[in-house]
Amino acid sequence: MTHAASPRTYVIVLLALLALTVVTTVVAHIDLGPGNSAVAMLIAVVKMLLVMLFFMHIRYEARLTRLFAGAGLLWLLFMIGLVMADVLSRNWR
Amino acid sequence: MPEPTHALAEQFDDLEQQRQASTIGMWVFLATEVIFFGALITGYTEYRASYYQAWAAASKHLSVVFGAIMTILLLSSSFTMAMAVHFARLGGRKRLALCLLLTILLGAVFVGMKFMEWHDHYQRHEVPGMGFEFPGPNAREAQLFFSFYFAMTGFHALHMIVGIGILAVLTGLALLGRLAPPRHVPVDIAGLYWHFVDIVWIFLFPLLYLVDLHHK
Repeated sequence: MTHAASPRTYVIVLLALLALTVVTTVVAHIDLGPGNSAVAMLIAVVKMLLVMLFFMHIRYEARLTRLFAGAGLLWLLFMIGLVMADVLSRNWR
Repeated sequence: MPEPTHALAEQFDDLEQQRQASTIGMWVFLATEVIFFGALITGYTEYRASYYQAWAAASKHLSVVFGAIMTILLLSSSFTMAMAVHFARLGGRKRLALCLLLTILLGAVFVGMKFMEWHDHYQRHEVPGMGFEFPGPNAREAQLFFSFYFAMTGFHALHMIVGIGILAVLTGLALLGRLAPPRHVPVDIAGLYWHFVDIVWIFLFPLLYLVDLHHK
């Protein structure tokens, strides 16, 4: 079996996740213009990566497993990216 | 190292290969789940870009404090789930059952709070199609926001309830000693599911609760 993370690591990851939750809630109340949505999504992606890498052990899994984990996200990016490319460019002349 | 053969299905070379096959199978399932929730998020993104003002106004009808507390509960439940997987690998039967129970408890409080929130929306006439009322000129677009809100949080809560059921079964099996290594892999797999549901909420929280909060 691959060696997994220790409880110490899990505690640190939990604290980071809780801190990021506070940060994203506080930053949402500060006016950054369009930056608000970007920061909120950036923080969500960082939280997702923390959960995937440590809690879901992706950091310790074989490459094949990582490939399968990444594939779903890649196709999600295609879906959102191509839909938004259409929606946002409809009014271009 | 001699491995107990009864835990190993005959198509696998060894227990590690068997574990990897289970893990990859679960990630394939989770990829379909990513696309399931991803379709909702894609639709959400398109309408939010189209009706930004109305959706920002509708989002202000959600309680940020409530959403933040629920996020903290769910992140904590992911931590207890990770600890359950840890103890399952070490073979600690009672500690495994305790961590699973804590995870179930945190998840149940989350779902309970979600039901309370839905009840509040119902009382304030914010449920689409059921006498929906919204102040201002954007009632139709706000109703669309609440349609997405109920679909996304509804499917998420449904996944939580399924997860709680799976963890309840595992708790029973753990107490019976049926999840002792090398038969602990179901805990790993259930953990992947639980963490996935956590990740969905990590995105739902900013998408639904944290829209344009700096404008009162």
